[in-house]
Amino acid sequence: MGSQGGFGQSKEFLDLVKSIGETRSKSEEDRIVLHEIETLKRRINEPDTPKRKMKEYIIRLVYIEMLGHDASFGYIHAVKMTHDDSLLLKRTGYLAVTLFLNEDHDLIILIVNTIQKDLKSDNFLVVCAALNACCKLINEETIPAVIQQVVELLAHPKEAVRKKAVMALHSFHQRSPSSVNHLVSNFRKVGALWLYGFSTCVVKLSDNDPGVMGATLCPLYDLITIDVNLYKDLVGSFVNILKQVAERRLPKSYEYHQTPAPFIQIKLLKIMALLGSGDKKSSEQMYTVIGDIMRKSDTVSNIGNAVLFECICCISSIQPSPKLLETAADAIAKFLKSDSHNLRYMGINALGRLIQISPGIAEQHQLAVIDCLEDPDDTLKRKTFELLYKMTKSSNVEVIVDRMIDYMISINDSHYKTETASRCVELAEQFAPSNHWFIQIMNKVFQHAGDLVNPKVAHNLMRLIAEGFGEDDDAADSQLRSSAVESYLKIVDEPKLPSAFLQVICWVLGEYGTADGKYSASYISGKLCDVAEAHSSDDIVKAYAVTALMKVYCFEKAAGRKMSLLPECQSLLEELSASHSSDLQQRAYEFQSILSLDANAIEDIMPLDASCEDIEIDKSLSFLNNYVHNSLEQGAEPYIPENERSGTLNISNIRNHNPYEHPTHSLRFEAYEVPKPAVPTNLPPTLTYPTELVPAPIPEPSYQPTLTSGPVSDADSGSTELRLRLDGVQKKWGKPAYSSAASSSTSNFDSHRTSVNGATQLDNVISKSHEPREPQIEVSEEKQKLAASLFGGRTARSERKQSGGAAGYSKVSRTTNHGDDKVQPTIVTATVQPPPPDLLDLGEPTGPSSSYSSTVDPFTQLEGLLDLSKDDSAVTTTSNGPDLTAVYTTASTNGQNQNPNPLINEKDNMNGAPNPSNRTASLTKGPSLKDALDKDTLVRQMGVNPTSQNPSLFSDLLG
Amino acid sequence: MAAIRAEMVAGHPRSPGSYCGLVPSTRLQIQPNSTSTKHLQNLRCFLLCFIHAKMIRFILLQNRQGKTRLAKYYIPLEESEKHKVEYEVHRLVVNRDPKFTNFVEFRTHKVIYRRYAGLFFSLCVDMTDNELAYLECIHLFVEILDHFFSNVCELDLVFNFHKVYLILDEFILAGELQETSKRAIIERMGELEKQE
Repeated sequence: MGSQGGFGQSKEFLDLVKSIGETRSKSEEDRIVLHEIETLKRRINEPDTPKRKMKEYIIRLVYIEMLGHDASFGYIHAVKMTHDDSLLLKRTGYLAVTLFLNEDHDLIILIVNTIQKDLKSDNFLVVCAALNACCKLINEETIPAVIQQVVELLAHPKEAVRKKAVMALHSFHQRSPSSVNHLVSNFRKVGALWLYGFSTCVVKLSDNDPGVMGATLCPLYDLITIDVNLYKDLVGSFVNILKQVAERRLPKSYEYHQTPAPFIQIKLLKIMALLGSGDKKSSEQMYTVIGDIMRKSDTVSNIGNAVLFECICCISSIQPSPKLLETAADAIAKFLKSDSHNLRYMGINALGRLIQISPGIAEQHQLAVIDCLEDPDDTLKRKTFELLYKMTKSSNVEVIVDRMIDYMISINDSHYKTETASRCVELAEQFAPSNHWFIQIMNKVFQHAGDLVNPKVAHNLMRLIAEGFGEDDDAADSQLRSSAVESYLKIVDEPKLPSAFLQVICWVLGEYGTADGKYSASYISGKLCDVAEAHSSDDIVKAYAVTALMKVYCFEKAAGRKMSLLPECQSLLEELSASHSSDLQQRAYEFQSILSLDANAIEDIMPLDASCEDIEIDKSLSFLNNYVHNSLEQGAEPYIPENERSGTLNISNIRNHNPYEHPTHSLRFEAYEVPKPAVPTNLPPTLTYPTELVPAPIPEPSYQPTLTSGPVSDADSGSTELRLRLDGVQKKWGKPAYSSAASSSTSNFDSHRTSVNGATQLDNVISKSHEPREPQIEVSEEKQKLAASLFGGRTARSERKQSGGAAGYSKVSRTTNHGDDKVQPTIVTATVQPPPPDLLDLGEPTGPSSSYSSTVDPFTQLEGLLDLSKDDSAVTTTSNGPDLTAVYTTASTNGQNQNPNPLINEKDNMNGAPNPSNRTASLTKGPSLKDALDKDTLVRQMGVNPTSQNPSLFSDLLG
Repeated sequence: MAAIRAEMVAGHPRSPGSYCGLVPSTRLQIQPNSTSTKHLQNLRCFLLCFIHAKMIRFILLQNRQGKTRLAKYYIPLEESEKHKVEYEVHRLVVNRDPKFTNFVEFRTHKVIYRRYAGLFFSLCVDMTDNELAYLECIHLFVEILDHFFSNVCELDLVFNFHKVYLILDEFILAGELQETSKRAIIERMGELEKQE
């Protein structure tokens, strides 16, 4: 039919295309295109361009834009062309604007009017063109302008128009699913129209044109995704349609490679998967037809396999039927045995879906899975890792995580690296057989992807090291710590360690570096100095290193050993005392002042291994009462609460909101208070320090307690006190000893961990014979062994089943949907309406198959539909297993709390008190200190929640 | 039969393997102004606006040199972002071993591609969607083109790209398959042709 030049294009255009095709370089192409743009700019603005010529210019603009050049100068002409009366020009105009403009372009407003007019046209081709444009150009704001007409077009005599109208509705719905409800509530009429449109879609299921029926499935799928329960009564119709499609009752032109209307079948299966999920009654209606399709399907062609795959997806989503599961397993076996990468990929994909229902299924495909794992095709490999991730349990976690780490190291793409790393961490946290192993894995993950993992992972690791097993087994704990110290000392000299990992290393070295006496303090401090020096651009790491150094010296001194500062340490301190970062400066000065204290004082402020100890904070600051009293007697002004003061109020609020801001970046908004001469400087702040501390020299002289009133300097000294104490808190990081909630959650954490350990031990006992740690030498044997370690082998069948079950449960707890599924059936069966009458014959549009189908008075029915939806949602939300949801929300909030807090907590401890800007705040306004204290304790209480993985919680509930 | 057609497409005498002699690296360059923040914003739009919708995000026809022969986006993207996407997809697809799967992960989505002679047809779809079905969907599109142009080749698509867009509009609308009957689409195109 078509060939080049046969479409009335001018020679000019053909030459353009040709010459661009023959260009040898990008610059040559650019030159031609720029020349073309110049020509077009000139010609297109000529007053009497013939229309036919204009059309060609527009097409040339499209071409230029496709080549990646800007043709925006001609957009307005394309818009003008849509106004033309000639269908040919109009269509070209619409084509160009749909390609040029996005839905939020300014010119859209000029087109909406034309679209409105064209939707009313007598010529159905014009209507079609306008509907095409609707799908692309109508945005949330302009939907109301056209929706009524589009809905009316659903009844158009031409099937092409009906089809496009359905698709336009579908696209509106995708644009703004939220505005469906919005429209319903705010514009009753529009909303009703909307619903009328969609209920007509339901009627259209019985449209006698299969194309329209197929198109209708798209918006229906969306609607069902939003609220399944509204459409339960359509299950029968869908099953019938699918049956008829499978029986080749549709016109022959819908067949594709001898498969009857495969794309419609796939869409229907997707819808049925939604409807049957967790609903036994609906699922039972589907079993026969799915079984039939799977039996009949052609396994040679791609499309047959696509349908087969969709059947498997559907089977794994609806209420399981043993017979269908078996068929699905057979189909998967065929996929996996295929030579085609595509089919193997689909097999792995299907296996991943089915394994959540019948965990045993993977066993027979061990070798196939391992082949896929070692395939050079990255897509296939990645999918296989996804499968392994889903089937991980405590017996195979070591092999799987090892593999994943190897893979993680080998890839460069940061997105997949992050994903793999976080999966490794998740599996390790959940199934770790021993803490030692956990630390090793964490080291590897941090080493290779440290900047990509969630900061809370670092926190968890430090906490694990600090807390140990959680049992009262001090020997094991200290062994764990020394192994951690040892591994870190090995790693620490490597270049390019990520910051998060260095922080962990510094903290652990400072806390436990000298604990077992294996390494001398000077060795450890030398290493720490090296870290600070090698990462001189990273202030956080330097801060960790300095604090760790301080701890090392304190512990040494407190233990009564004499130790002098290493020269490099000395120079580090000197450098940091002049640092631009006031936090570092602060730490350096603190360190120096601590050095001058005697051993007893040091022991008080830096107790050994006290990171898990509780500290008490005297919130009322009662130890200052004396001082306040004295000051008042000497004529100091009494403290004025913040809210009675004026001026700095707003700023102080801002300050309160950002207590964790990094000091170097924060501007100081408050002016220094003008010192009042009346109460002068003769109040030595050191008086009140119980531990005889010389306050650290403070960089800004205005902070010196030359201040106006006694209470204010109280706050100052309080904050100094607080600062020192908080240093202890930093070590406390993560120990949940002091709040009841925290301690209970710790016990959860512990019980989880011990149970995991128990399980592993059991596994080891039973499957000792077949479980090698590392896959070994010979190729085939290696695979066998790998398979055995992954799948548990046959010897351990009973055990595997058991643990498989457990894994299944933990899966359930991991994904909400499944949890819901388990709970829902009762509710669902209660709300389900009786299934519709049978066979809806495609030949006749009688279709009394649904409650809405007999459009008597659509609007009243819609009201019903509307109310129904409200009722339903209310019912589901209230009756949806309150226990489960409650537990889940608490669990998730815990997770959320836990996420930011470790960081905040740490930062708070690092920056909070010594931070000069905070100090200013606490100087100028008293209560904010108290607030800060409150917040601080609160934060620490929340920061010590257990890890988010807590499968036992859910298995109790569900089992 | 259709498979044979595809073979014929592949081995068509006019198939212009060397038609466009551009060096790939000189062809498409990432616009320097596509800064990373913008990129992120677009990506977010990419993700958020349509997170719940299973749909085709875009369709690309590119030749081996990476020259775009057709690009249809069903999600709103900035111009610069489009070029970036086209560049990245081409890079992902062009050097893959033909034995490998026809699916590549692309950001948070998946590109399903198929090669016919020197032309790559790529569809970007959801991660969890049925890959094989979209692979066949590409083939159906090629069959339709083949039918319409009677033995399609790259040159037909180059010179009649606007027709290809029109055919595509009859086949896929708003990111969903609209019509899967080859005959219905050809008939509709016939009606449109009559207007010329």
